[in-house]
Amino acid sequence: MDKRFVLKINDLSISYKDVKVIEHIDLEIEEGKIYSIIGPNGSGKTTLMRAISRSLKPKTGQVLLEDTNIFKMNTKEAARKMAILCQNNHTMSDVTVKNLVQYGRFAHKEWWRGSNSEDSKIVEWAIKTTSLEALQNRKINTLSGGERQRAWLAMSIAQKPKILLLDEPTTFLDIAHQLEIMELVSHLNREEGITIVMVLHDINHAARYSDELIVIKNKKIFKKGTPWAILEDNVLREVFGVETEITRDKETNKPIFYARKVV
Amino acid sequence: MENEILFKDSKEYKLLIIAIIIVLLIVGFVLGNAKGSMEVSIQRIFEVMLNDDGSPERMVVWNIRLPRMILAALAGVNLALAGAVLQGVMNNPLADPGIIGISSGAGLFGIFILVVLPQYQALVPIAAFFGAMLAAVIIYILAWKGGIQPIRVILAGVAVSALFGAGISGTLVFYSDRVHGALTFMNGSLSARSWPEVQTILPYTVIGLVLVIIFSQKLNILILGDDVARGLGLNVEAVRLSFTALAAFLAASAVSVVGLLGFVGLIVPHSIRLLIGNDYRYMFPASALLGAVLVMFSDTFARTILSPTEIPVGIVMAVLGAPFFLYLLRR
Repeated sequence: MDKRFVLKINDLSISYKDVKVIEHIDLEIEEGKIYSIIGPNGSGKTTLMRAISRSLKPKTGQVLLEDTNIFKMNTKEAARKMAILCQNNHTMSDVTVKNLVQYGRFAHKEWWRGSNSEDSKIVEWAIKTTSLEALQNRKINTLSGGERQRAWLAMSIAQKPKILLLDEPTTFLDIAHQLEIMELVSHLNREEGITIVMVLHDINHAARYSDELIVIKNKKIFKKGTPWAILEDNVLREVFGVETEITRDKETNKPIFYARKVV
Repeated sequence: MENEILFKDSKEYKLLIIAIIIVLLIVGFVLGNAKGSMEVSIQRIFEVMLNDDGSPERMVVWNIRLPRMILAALAGVNLALAGAVLQGVMNNPLADPGIIGISSGAGLFGIFILVVLPQYQALVPIAAFFGAMLAAVIIYILAWKGGIQPIRVILAGVAVSALFGAGISGTLVFYSDRVHGALTFMNGSLSARSWPEVQTILPYTVIGLVLVIIFSQKLNILILGDDVARGLGLNVEAVRLSFTALAAFLAASAVSVVGLLGFVGLIVPHSIRLLIGNDYRYMFPASALLGAVLVMFSDTFARTILSPTEIPVGIVMAVLGAPFFLYLLRR
């Protein structure tokens, strides 16, 4: 079968004022796979995510979502294909979980019409998938960090996207809740066929759950490849400046990485 | 049970609060028509409202108190809605057309027409709208740093407010011979306003109210944050710009008829938020009603407390508003 690319990035460069933040990035995202972007602080990971999600306008280059330039697309059209879980979800809103998930249907509606039965079914499915049934009438500002992240995720999947972008979805969570989110993301990929692109800090999570890793260093893509290819190849030593030790996870056969010391 | 909807969060509770405000609105309306140097009984109010019997009560109620009460209510609606909208689009709970200079922008342009080009008096609301928009645009430019920064909104707003305020004072000094009633304009007053002013503001109130209610869900999504809203398919820039224009439109029309009436746009949306939460689908109608109630009661109070002397209603609002503002800052 031919490879189908949901997302293509051609020669993308972005600057804040005169400072370049990412330079000449080319990237192809294949349908149905999980990709993790890793790299040191300030390497441009979040900037890349914000450019893909249309929050930053590139200086040169383009982002193609199913062969259409995202900046030539209607915002709603893009939102029907691509959903984003943002990094900082501070909000003055005191919306309930259920209402928040209903906002996920916004792009599928016209302003004059309310929810129809299909919308309600999808909202119900999103709440069930994220195990939020018991919390659906709670306000999001009363939830714990892990619960809240699940609520935002439920909102994103209610968009029924083909591709889901996640910007550090686990950073502020404890270990159990981190795993919970990673398992959920992996489930969505397997069961719903959603293509996943995420920025992760935890390299072991990235290695365990991704089909491919994208390593970014100094505003550019340093290397892209399978977890084994990336972790074995001393890439991390060069990129993060740490001495590494790699072992194999007996159960998943994925590489496990341990940072021994700073080089 | 975790999943139970608390009564305080239920739709019924929100509607109950709205119903209570409607009752207050009716009480305020009757009280405003009854009280004053000539007391009119409730029964007489409705009698003389419905038919012109040539009595002095008819004179007072029909020509003075009734239009004034309606105007108070409409100005209250506009300012409360403008405040509710600005707090959402500027991502700042302290955004109020008075505090951040939108009203002074409207006031400066309005006063300029009134004293320099009095023959174009009909253009005052339009000029006021441009003044309000100009103030909003300046605030955005100053407060923008990769997104709307709440702190910068207030700092920029206070500066803009001071700048336009100085412009107003300057205009009043240069044209001191022509500024009858300028003082009441500065403080916000409903005195000597009648049906023509009601006619001026009414279309703005109706259009503004209808638009904010229709598009309330968009503002609900906008307050989730720009990136989130964009991800959901909201055209963030267009929504922010149109809501800001709408707030300027509402505030400017209020300023052109009642002057710089501060704090309504701050106190009302906040009280509503404390009572029924942040959902704009309820917040807009509830804020509109409470805005009307607040200005109506304040005006009746301003008119009767030191009778026959009348205090500008703006002073009453400031006396109520300043402590409330401090309370919000301390919270």
